[in-house]
Amino acid sequence: MTINMLIFIFLAIVAIAAATGLILSRNPVYSALFLVLNFLSVAVFYLILGAPFIALAQITVYAGAIMVLFLFVIMLLGAAKPKEVEPLKWQRPLAIVLAAAVLLEGLYALITRISISVTTTAPDALLADPKTLAQVLYNKYSLPFEITSVILLVAAIGAVVLTKKSVKEEGK
Amino acid sequence: MIPIAFPLGLAIILFCMGIVGFIVRKNAIVIFMSLELMFNAANLLFITFANQFQQVDGQIFVIFIMVTAAAEVAVGLAMIVTIFRGKHNVDIDQLTNLKG
Amino acid sequence: MESTQLFNLVPWVVFLPLIGLGINLLVGRRLGEVFAGTLASLATGLAFVVSILLAVALTGHTEGTTVVLADWITIGDFTTRWAFRVDTLSVVMMLVVSGVGMLIHIYSIGYMHNDVRHNGDAGRFTRFFVFLNLFIAAMMILVCADNFLMMFVGWEGVGLCSYLLIGFWFEKGKDGIGNAIAAKKAFITNRVGDFGLLIAMLLIFTNFGTLQFDQVFSQAAVVAAAKPGVMLLITLFMLLGVAGKSAQLPLFVWLPDAMAGPTPVSALIHAATMVTAGVYLVARSSVFYALVPAAQTVVTWVGAATALFAATIAVGQYDIKKVLAYSTISQLGFMVAAVGMGATVAGMFHLVTHAFFKGLLFLAAGSVIQGVERGMHHGAHPDHDTDPQDMRQMGGLRKQMPLTFWVYLIGALALAGIAPLAGFFSKDEILLSAWQTQPAIFIVLAFAAFLTAFYMGRQLIMVFFGKPQTKAAEHATESPLVVTLPLVILAALSVLGGALNFPGVHTLETWLSHTLGEGEPAHFNWLVAGISLALALCGLGIAWLIYGRKAEVAKVDPLKKGLGPVFMGMESKWWVDEFYQAVLLNPYKASAQFMAEQVDLGVIDRIGGGLAAGTRMLAEGIRKFQNGYIRTYALWMLLGLVVIMTYIFFK
Repeated sequence: MTINMLIFIFLAIVAIAAATGLILSRNPVYSALFLVLNFLSVAVFYLILGAPFIALAQITVYAGAIMVLFLFVIMLLGAAKPKEVEPLKWQRPLAIVLAAAVLLEGLYALITRISISVTTTAPDALLADPKTLAQVLYNKYSLPFEITSVILLVAAIGAVVLTKKSVKEEGK
Repeated sequence: MIPIAFPLGLAIILFCMGIVGFIVRKNAIVIFMSLELMFNAANLLFITFANQFQQVDGQIFVIFIMVTAAAEVAVGLAMIVTIFRGKHNVDIDQLTNLKG
Repeated sequence: MESTQLFNLVPWVVFLPLIGLGINLLVGRRLGEVFAGTLASLATGLAFVVSILLAVALTGHTEGTTVVLADWITIGDFTTRWAFRVDTLSVVMMLVVSGVGMLIHIYSIGYMHNDVRHNGDAGRFTRFFVFLNLFIAAMMILVCADNFLMMFVGWEGVGLCSYLLIGFWFEKGKDGIGNAIAAKKAFITNRVGDFGLLIAMLLIFTNFGTLQFDQVFSQAAVVAAAKPGVMLLITLFMLLGVAGKSAQLPLFVWLPDAMAGPTPVSALIHAATMVTAGVYLVARSSVFYALVPAAQTVVTWVGAATALFAATIAVGQYDIKKVLAYSTISQLGFMVAAVGMGATVAGMFHLVTHAFFKGLLFLAAGSVIQGVERGMHHGAHPDHDTDPQDMRQMGGLRKQMPLTFWVYLIGALALAGIAPLAGFFSKDEILLSAWQTQPAIFIVLAFAAFLTAFYMGRQLIMVFFGKPQTKAAEHATESPLVVTLPLVILAALSVLGGALNFPGVHTLETWLSHTLGEGEPAHFNWLVAGISLALALCGLGIAWLIYGRKAEVAKVDPLKKGLGPVFMGMESKWWVDEFYQAVLLNPYKASAQFMAEQVDLGVIDRIGGGLAAGTRMLAEGIRKFQNGYIRTYALWMLLGLVVIMTYIFFK
C-alpha cells in the first residue's frame, strides 16, 4: 500500500459520499455544496494522474464559476421544497435497477478486460505542463478551439436573450 | 502507482450515481447538477487514459468538455429561469405540454 | 379516263358520306330540313355514281384490284393497312348499299318531316341524316375492306349506327325508355356475335400470320390440311359473328325490337344492308367454308332452321313492322343456308333482290303508318288511342292510299316468290341448290317459303282489304311524292331484278365468278320452279280463304281457333325472349348484384377500411408512451443504453 493508494482510496470514498449527498439531499443548496466537494476531490485525482493544469482549471472553472452560477440561480428562484407527490410510482425503482445494471456491466467489463497489473505512471512534469498543452492545443486542435470560443459567445448571447423581459411586458 | 482499474471504476460509479440523480430527483436544478456529475466522471476517464497512453490529447479534450459544459450550464439555467418565472415552481413534472 | 384510274376513286365511297355528315353536323340545322336531307342524299348518290364507275372499270379488269390508302398498324411481324379491295363481290355490295341507300335517303326527307313533328322534336331532323350518312360510310368500309381488321372496323361501325338509330327517339317507347332498351339489346346481342368474330380473327392471325384477305385465302388450303381443327374453329366462330349481325338463331332477338327505330332505319339497316354483312362475310370467306364440310353443314342448318322458325313467328304477329322484321330474319336464313350449301351466287342474288323488295316493303309500311297517323289527326277530335302500327286497326286502305297499295302488292308478291318478279328467281335458285345437294334442307326451306307467302297474304288482306276497322283507317291519306317516288323506283327494281341472274343467262354468276371462283351454275329445273311457284300460290290462296272472306277481321284472329296453342306460341314469339331473360339475364344480374354487394362492398372495401382502423388502433396504443414527463423519456434512453451495453459486452 503506497501512499498514493491510500490517498486515492480516501478521496474515492469522499467523492462517492459527496455524490450520494448530492442525490439524496432535500435542500438544493446542500446539493450544490456536495457537488463542490466532489469537484475538489476529483481535482486532486487529476493531480495524481499527472494533469496539473486540468486540475487547477477544474477548480477555477467548475467549482469556481459553474457552481457559483448554480448557487446564484438557486437563490434567485428560491430553494422551495417541491411537493413530494410522485406522479409515476414505478419510475424511481426502475431507474435504480437500470442504473445498477449499467454499473454492474461496466464493472464486469472493467474487471474482465483490464488487468490489474497495468498501473498509472508517475506524473511527468514535462508531459502536461502548460507549454506542451498550449503547443498541442493551438497547433493540432486550433479549429475546435476557435469553435469553442464561438460556443461561448453563443451561450452568452443566448443566456441574455432567453431571460430578457420584453418591453411590452414591463409596460403592462 | 495505482492500478488503472481504480480510477476507471470510480468514474463508472460516479457516472451511475449521476444517472440515478438525473431520473430520481424532481428539482430541475438538482437534475442539472447530476448532469455535471456525469460530465465529471467522463473527464476522469479521459485523464486516466491520457495518463495510460502518455498522450496529452486526452487532457485537451477535457478542456473542451469543460468549455462546453460551461456554455450548456449557462444556457440551461437561463432557460430554467425563464420557464419557472411563469410557474413559480422548480418542479420538472409540471412541464407536460408535450403529452401525446 | 383510263379505266384503271377509275379504281382510285374508291376511297370516295367512304369519304363522300363522311363529308356529307360533317357539313350537316356543322351547318345542317341552320340551313334547314331540305338542305340537310338533300345534302345527305347527294352524298350517298355520288357514292352510288362512284360505285357505278367502279363497276364499269371492272368490266375491263375483272380480276379486281386493291387501292392502298395508308399503313395502319406495324408491330413486329404484324402489319395492317387501310386498303380498299375493288372486286366483283365488293362492287355488288357497294352498288346495293349506295343505290338502295340513296333511295331511302330521299324517302326519309319526306318521312322524317312528318315523323319529327309527330314525335314533337323538329330539331332532330338533321341528326337523323348525320347518322344515316355515318352508317353508309361504315358499311362502305365494311364491304370494301381488304383485310379482316378493317372489315371489323366497319362491322362495329354499323353496329354503332344501328344503336344510334334504333334509339333515335330515346325518350319514347315503353315506359319512356323502351327505345333505349331496344337499342341496348341490339348492341349487346351484336357484341356477343362480334366476340365470336374477334376470336376467329385472332385464330386467323395466329395461324396465318396475316389478316389480309388475299394472303389468308391463298394459304387456306395448306393450313386446313395441316390443322383441320383450327379451321373448324375459325369457321364456327365466324358463324357466331354472322348469327349476331345477320340475326340468325340464337342471336336474332334484337331485330324485332329494332323496329322501335324510325321506319327508314328499319328499311336501310335492318333489311337491306347491315344485316346482310354476315352473308357477305361468309361469301367472302367461302374458301374457308369450302375446306370444312362440317362447318358448311352447321351453317346451312342454322340458316334453314332460322328461316322456318322466324316464318312461324311472323304468322302470329299483329304489328305491321314486326311481321316484316321476322320476315327479314327468315329471308336472311335463306341466304345463310344458301352460302352454307356452297351456292354463294344464289345467296348473293337473293341478297340483292331482298334489298329491293324488303326495302320497298318497309318503306311502304312506313307510308301506311304515316297515312294512318294522318288519319288519326284528321277532324276536330284527334284520335290518340289507335296504334298506327297495329294491322288489326287498319283495313280497306287500298282505297285510301292506292299508290302505296300497288307498290306494297308488288313487294309482297316478290317476297312470296311469284314469277316473274325478282324474288321468284332468287329464291328458286336457293331451292334448286337445296334440291340438288341436300333434300332435307329443301323440305325445310320449302315449308318456310310456303309460310312466307301465307303471312304476306295475311298482311295484305288485313291492311288493304276489307273494311276500315277504325276511324283513323277511314281517314288515312296518301303520302307525298318525295315519299312515293322511291317506292316506285324500288317496285320497278323488284319487278325487273330477276334479270340479274336469269337462268340460262347467269349474268351475276359470271360476274361473281371472277372473285369467288368458277362455280357450277345451277341448271334450271322446271320441277323445282313449279313446286316453288305452287307453294307461293297456295300460301296466298289459303291466306285469302282464312282472312279474306270475312267482311271484317274479327277481334280474335281466325287462326287462333284453328291452331289453338300453336298459334299462341307463334303470337308470343315462342317465348324466346322470356327464355333468355330467365336463363341468361336474370342469373347474370343476380351474380352481378352479388359481386357488387358481397364481394366488392363486403370484402374488398372492408379490407381497406380494416387496414385504416388497424393503423389507427396501433397509433392510439403507441401514443400512450408519450406521457409528457421528461424523466420518463430519460428513463427510456437509459433502458436503451442498458440494452446496447448488454448486447456489446455479451456478444
